[in-house]
Amino acid sequence: MKKTGAQIFIECLVKEGVDTVFGFPGGAVLPVYDVLYDAPLRHILVRHEQGAVHMADGYARATGRPGVVIVTSGPGATNTVTGIATAYMDSIPVVVFTGQVPTALIGNDAFQEADIVGITRPCTKHNYLVKDIKDLPRIIKEAFYIATTGRPGPVLVDLPKDVLSASSEYKYPEKAHIESYQPTYKGHPGQIKKAVDAILASKRPVIYAGGGIILSDAANELKTFAVRLGVPVTTTLMGLGGFPGTHPLFMGMLGMHGTYSANMAIMSADCLIAVGARFDDRVTGKIDEFAPYAKIIHVDIDPTSISKNVSVDVPIVGDVKDVLKEMLSELDGRKSAPSYKKGIEEWRKQVKTWGRTHALSYKQDAKGKIKPQYVVEKLFEATKGDAIITTEVGQNQMWAAQFFKYDTPRTFLSSGGLGTMGFGFPAAIGAQIACPSKTVIGIAGDGSLQMNIQELATAVQYKLPVKIAILNNMVLGMVRQWQEFFYEKRYSHTCVSVAPDFVKLAEAYGAIGMRATKVEEVSPVIKAALAVKDRPVIMDFKVDPFEDVYPMVPAGQPLNKMLLV
Amino acid sequence: MRHTISVLVTNEFGVLSRISGLFSGRGYNIESLTVAETLDPHISRMTIVSRGDDKIIEQINKQLNKLVSVIKVHDFTGEEHIERELALIKVSCGARDRAELLSIVDIFRAKVVDVSPKSYTIEITGDNEKISAIVELFKPFGIKEIVRTGKIAMARSPKNRVREP
Repeated sequence: MKKTGAQIFIECLVKEGVDTVFGFPGGAVLPVYDVLYDAPLRHILVRHEQGAVHMADGYARATGRPGVVIVTSGPGATNTVTGIATAYMDSIPVVVFTGQVPTALIGNDAFQEADIVGITRPCTKHNYLVKDIKDLPRIIKEAFYIATTGRPGPVLVDLPKDVLSASSEYKYPEKAHIESYQPTYKGHPGQIKKAVDAILASKRPVIYAGGGIILSDAANELKTFAVRLGVPVTTTLMGLGGFPGTHPLFMGMLGMHGTYSANMAIMSADCLIAVGARFDDRVTGKIDEFAPYAKIIHVDIDPTSISKNVSVDVPIVGDVKDVLKEMLSELDGRKSAPSYKKGIEEWRKQVKTWGRTHALSYKQDAKGKIKPQYVVEKLFEATKGDAIITTEVGQNQMWAAQFFKYDTPRTFLSSGGLGTMGFGFPAAIGAQIACPSKTVIGIAGDGSLQMNIQELATAVQYKLPVKIAILNNMVLGMVRQWQEFFYEKRYSHTCVSVAPDFVKLAEAYGAIGMRATKVEEVSPVIKAALAVKDRPVIMDFKVDPFEDVYPMVPAGQPLNKMLLV
Repeated sequence: MRHTISVLVTNEFGVLSRISGLFSGRGYNIESLTVAETLDPHISRMTIVSRGDDKIIEQINKQLNKLVSVIKVHDFTGEEHIERELALIKVSCGARDRAELLSIVDIFRAKVVDVSPKSYTIEITGDNEKISAIVELFKPFGIKEIVRTGKIAMARSPKNRVREP
C-alpha cells in the first residue's frame, strides 16, 4: 500500500521505538503534523525550538535512549543549532528532523528557507537532506543508528515538503549497514595487556573517568575495577554519577573547580588511567604540566580523542564497558593483582589526607545571608540524593557538581562541553518526561534561567512537577568572579538585578513560586516544593552575590596552582 | 612536512564541503585538493596535500576517518608512490621566439595544445618540481595565464624480488 512521506516518517519513528517527540509546527512540516494528529506518539509542544532540542537532550541523558525533535524549516531549523551543538560537544544521541521548502525551491531563497544541512555540518555527527521519498526509510534507520552507536551524537535529517507529501510503497530496513562507518568496540588485546602491566607496576595510580562511562553504561565495571585494585577515582563534570559520589575511593571532580585531593593526586600520580574522557582544557589546566609523572593509559571509543591534547603511553580504542571487562579478565590471570591493593595503601592514605585537610567548604554568613552551597547541600539532604539534577552554566553548575553527591549514572545532567546557558531548565523538562516518577530539580542561576524561561508554559501544559532552584545572586556570577580575580573588579555588564519577580512570574505561567531570603527559610521552601506533584515549582533563593567558586585553577595554570577558600 | 593524502569518500552532494569544512573548522591547511569519481560511480577519490607536524597529520587522518562519508584514508608519505599534476600555460610568443619555445616543450615532453599568432598554450604533466621548472623557463617569454591542477598520487606496485639461486 502506498503511504505519504509524512506517514512513512511517523511509522518509521514508531518502529524505531520512539515514544515521545519534542517539536514545534510550521508550514514546511504541516504534512507531518497532520499525521501526528492521531498518531500513537506523544508530542510535546515546546515554546521555542532551542528548548525542544535541550528537552530531547535531557530525555536522552536521563534514559540513554535517543531524543527526537521535529521542527519546521528556516527559523525553526536555525533555532535548533545551539541545542544541536550542545548535544554534539557532550556526545548525546539526539535526532533532529527539520522541515524544508520543496526540493524545487531549494536554493531559491524561498520563504522560510535555510540551508540547515550546511549550517549544522560542523555540529552534527552526520546529517542528511532527503531528496527522494524512496530514500526516506533508509535514512531514518541510518540516522538513529549513527546517533546511538560508537561515540554517540546528534544527527539531523532535513525533510523537504514535497518529499513529505509524495506517496510511495516502503519497507523499514531491519538493520542499518554503512560501509564507511564501523566503530571499534573491542580493545586490542596487546594494548590491554600493556595497560594492565603499567597499572600493576605503578605505586600511585589514579582513575580519571569521563562522560564515556555513562554513555557506555559502564559504571558497574568501573566500580568493580577500581575497588578490586583499590585505585582512587576522580571524574570529570560529565562523569559525575559514573562512580558513586559517596564511595571512599571517590576524590570528587578534577580540573578548574575540582577538589584539592583530585588535582593533587593527578599531579603526583605515576599512572593515570583515563577512561571515556578527552583531556579538555578545563580538566587539564596547563597542558604541559598535566600529570607530569604519570604513564598515561587512555581508553576511548573515538580515536580522535586519543593523543589529541596529551601524548598517551598506552592508547586503547574501544568501548569503555568492553575494555574494562577485558581488563578485569586480564587481571584474573595476574599473580601480582591480588596483593596490589595492599601495596598502594600509603598512596590511598595520602589521597585521604588531602581530602581531609582540604575538603570542599564555604563559610556561613554571620548576618544570615543564604550561601548558594548551603542550598545545594539542603537539596541533597532533602532528596537523600535520590533525584535527577540538571544545571545551567556558571557558578550554579559548579556548586551543583561540588556539593551534591551523585551515586548513580544519569542523575547529573549538565552542558559540559559547550557550556550552554539556558540548557538546564528544558533538560529538566525532558528528564521529567522520561522519568515521570523521579524528582527532577533544575539548579539554576538567575541569568541562565531567563535564557529559556518560556518553557515554563510547556512544563505547566504537561503538568510536570519539575523543581527549579534559582541560586539568585542578581549577577552573572561566574563572569563576575573572573572580573573580580582577573579584571580588577571592573564589573562590566555582569549585573542583572533588573529581573522579573520569579515568584510572580511562576504564578503568571500557572506554576508555583516560592522564595527564601534567610538561611532558616531554605529547608521549609525545599520541603514544600518537593511536595508539589502536579505542576512546576520555582524556588527563588536570594543568595550572597559575592560568593565565589573554590577551589579555582586560573586558566592556563597547572592543577596544583589552586586558589583555595 | 608536506603530506599527500588520498581519501575515498561516498559520492554524494555535500561531501566536499564536509571535508573542506573539517580542514577550515580545525585550522588545518590545504595546499591542494582534487576530486573525481572512481571506477565505482558511488565512490569518489580526493587527493589532499596538507602540511603539518606529525601530531597534526595524525589528527587529520583520524578526523577524516571519523566522518561518516569517508571510506578510507591513505597517507602516501614514506612509501614509494607516483605524484603528478597537470598545468596549462599560455605563453606570449611571436614568430622569432617559436623555435626556442618549441625546443623547451620538447625537452620537457610537454605538448602544444593551442596556437594563436601571439601565443602558445602548453600542456604539461609531471611532479611539482618539473612544472615549476618549465614555468621558470617560460617566464622570460611572458606568461599570460597559468592553470595548475592539484596533485594526484598512486602507490607504486611492489616489485618482485629476484630470488638468488
